[in-house]
Amino acid sequence: MSAVNRIEARFAALAAAGRSGLVTFITAGDPAPEATLAFMHALVRGGADVLELGVPFSDPMADGPTIQRASERALANGMNLRKVLALVEAFRQTDERTPVVLMGYLNPVERMGYEDFARAAAAVGADGVLTVDLPPEEAGHLHQAVRAEGLSQIFLLAPTSSPSRVEAVRRFANGFVYYVSVKGVTGDKAVEVTEISARVSDLKTATGLPIGVGFGVRTPASAAAVAKNADAVIVGSALVEIIEQAVDTKGGADALEHFVHGLRVAMDETRAAA
Amino acid sequence: MNASTEIETTAASVLTQLPDEFGHFGPYGGKFVAETLMAPLAELEAAYRECLADPAFIAEFERDLAEFVGRPSPLYHAERWSRELGGAQIYLKREDLNHTGAHKINNTIGQALVARRMGKRRIIAETGAGQHGVATATIAARFGMSCRVYMGAHDIQRQSLNVFRMKLLGAEVMPVTSGSKTLKDALNEALRDWVSNVDDTFYIIGTVAGPHPYPAMVRDFQSVIGRETREQCLAKLGRLPDSVVACVGGGSNAMGIFHPFLADTSVKLIGVEAGGDGVETGRHSAPLSAGIPGVLHGNRTYLMQDEDGQIIETHSISAGLDYPGVGPEHAWLKDSGRASYVAVTDDEALQGFHALTRMEGIIPALESSHALAHVIKIAPTLPKDHILVVNLSGRGDKDIPTVATREGITL
Repeated sequence: MSAVNRIEARFAALAAAGRSGLVTFITAGDPAPEATLAFMHALVRGGADVLELGVPFSDPMADGPTIQRASERALANGMNLRKVLALVEAFRQTDERTPVVLMGYLNPVERMGYEDFARAAAAVGADGVLTVDLPPEEAGHLHQAVRAEGLSQIFLLAPTSSPSRVEAVRRFANGFVYYVSVKGVTGDKAVEVTEISARVSDLKTATGLPIGVGFGVRTPASAAAVAKNADAVIVGSALVEIIEQAVDTKGGADALEHFVHGLRVAMDETRAAA
Repeated sequence: MNASTEIETTAASVLTQLPDEFGHFGPYGGKFVAETLMAPLAELEAAYRECLADPAFIAEFERDLAEFVGRPSPLYHAERWSRELGGAQIYLKREDLNHTGAHKINNTIGQALVARRMGKRRIIAETGAGQHGVATATIAARFGMSCRVYMGAHDIQRQSLNVFRMKLLGAEVMPVTSGSKTLKDALNEALRDWVSNVDDTFYIIGTVAGPHPYPAMVRDFQSVIGRETREQCLAKLGRLPDSVVACVGGGSNAMGIFHPFLADTSVKLIGVEAGGDGVETGRHSAPLSAGIPGVLHGNRTYLMQDEDGQIIETHSISAGLDYPGVGPEHAWLKDSGRASYVAVTDDEALQGFHALTRMEGIIPALESSHALAHVIKIAPTLPKDHILVVNLSGRGDKDIPTVATREGITL
């Protein structure tokens, strides 16, 4: 199965089944690479449809304190972009199907070189790339590099995005669109479900892509509420907090699986009731 | 005018037209921010354009510069020091005499006036040495706006006087304990605050960095320094200076004095970075001298980074120069060759600090002392009719405890 098709195939299957997808974010290497590998499999067992793997960066300006601490822990343990790619390769040894999106900031990718990065990411079995500080206006070069390797490039849209910015994102985006549901940083505020439902349908029409909603989804209830309209629910800081509090890898993996399963069940019940 | 001079002049006037509409200075600058900040930046840019086109805005800005800041700042001939060094005639652009003691106030007045037009009631800022924080707290007090200043916990320790000044002015000083606990981390925190509270909040960035339109806007508000210097040289000396020297951290005082001279290709522009323990030790804050281009804080520029693209800790005796990036226009001036950049060490900067204090009775800021240190190196090599202007960007009162500690003196 080629890289780009894992994300598209997953969203097509979810749509056919009438389900909303669950996208989970954790930071690679937090607290150590072996732990992350165990956590990735636990997230899939719990019901995650797409894995976002955070590439730690020294200056994560769009993230709140939870994910910043995760980045600092990972960097303190020597994590870097090449090791994140090695982690994806290890994950693919036993999971051929779950899409993996690398999410982070532009500078580590730029330092490796766009073409080298895209080739390496495709070779290890990553499926998509989301660089949060790269707007579509600046994205042309990286877009060429990742598309040449069949990777999806994923972009953020916000409540304040103008129609011209939605159009700019549409030109470059593949896979799905990450809709940032609150004005703020990751893990900041609770999601406002009523405000987003109309916006999600508009964006879906405008971009022709599945819409995942993230920033502020923390509980089964909020995940279920978002799942009514969104093609996917994105959860990050709540998972990173579980990792932060875990006493060991086994405990962290079990807690993640349990938590994600709770979200998954609540989301499916909402759709079944609708 | 011969053909090559004409081409140079054309190239220089192209330089003065930058940035382009997306904020690029050649390959540098731009708007590398998350989507959540794109709308606020667009709103800011529109408001700023309106202000620039409005004679009433310009008149109010100029009145404040004259009556609140005390401009124009003098261009002072440091005769005794020039004689002592035995070469170039050294002129000091006395930004240290501005209200609040540094050039930073020029920009905070400009941005606060834009904020007021936009109806924003809350001001936030980042600060390193505290000069920009003080200048922001000052203008917030004057306009009756609430003010929060983000400052690295490490900088709070070494700049306690400025911290207390900000508090006296009614600002809330928020210690930043993430990352290296210095200016770059304060900037991250301020950006997070802005994106979370953008409806009522205006973010006053203190240097010519950050996403577009900040590098251009801060430069425009600071370029009063260079315009005055140019006029003062012509009026006093009947000609343009031969060299202009300024220290560069983020680079706002340097950009302010350089920009009005960009088209005057006879004027040599020299930026002086913080060499810390020495550029060869790796412990410094000199991205233009020893960094690699990358993306941080919303723009592409030269950065202090490791081979994995992580931003590395910087070192400088001067908190105001302790920043791993530099304004994108400086990156472009370096690559285009219009300006040159050098670094001086902490020890050399201290020599500059003492030299001006003892020779001219002026205690300079440690930031400005880097520019003075370079003057000590080059002035003796230059002819006696060479006019060398140094931007004395701030006064040194805030640095006296640092200098004392460094020299083993307990106050």
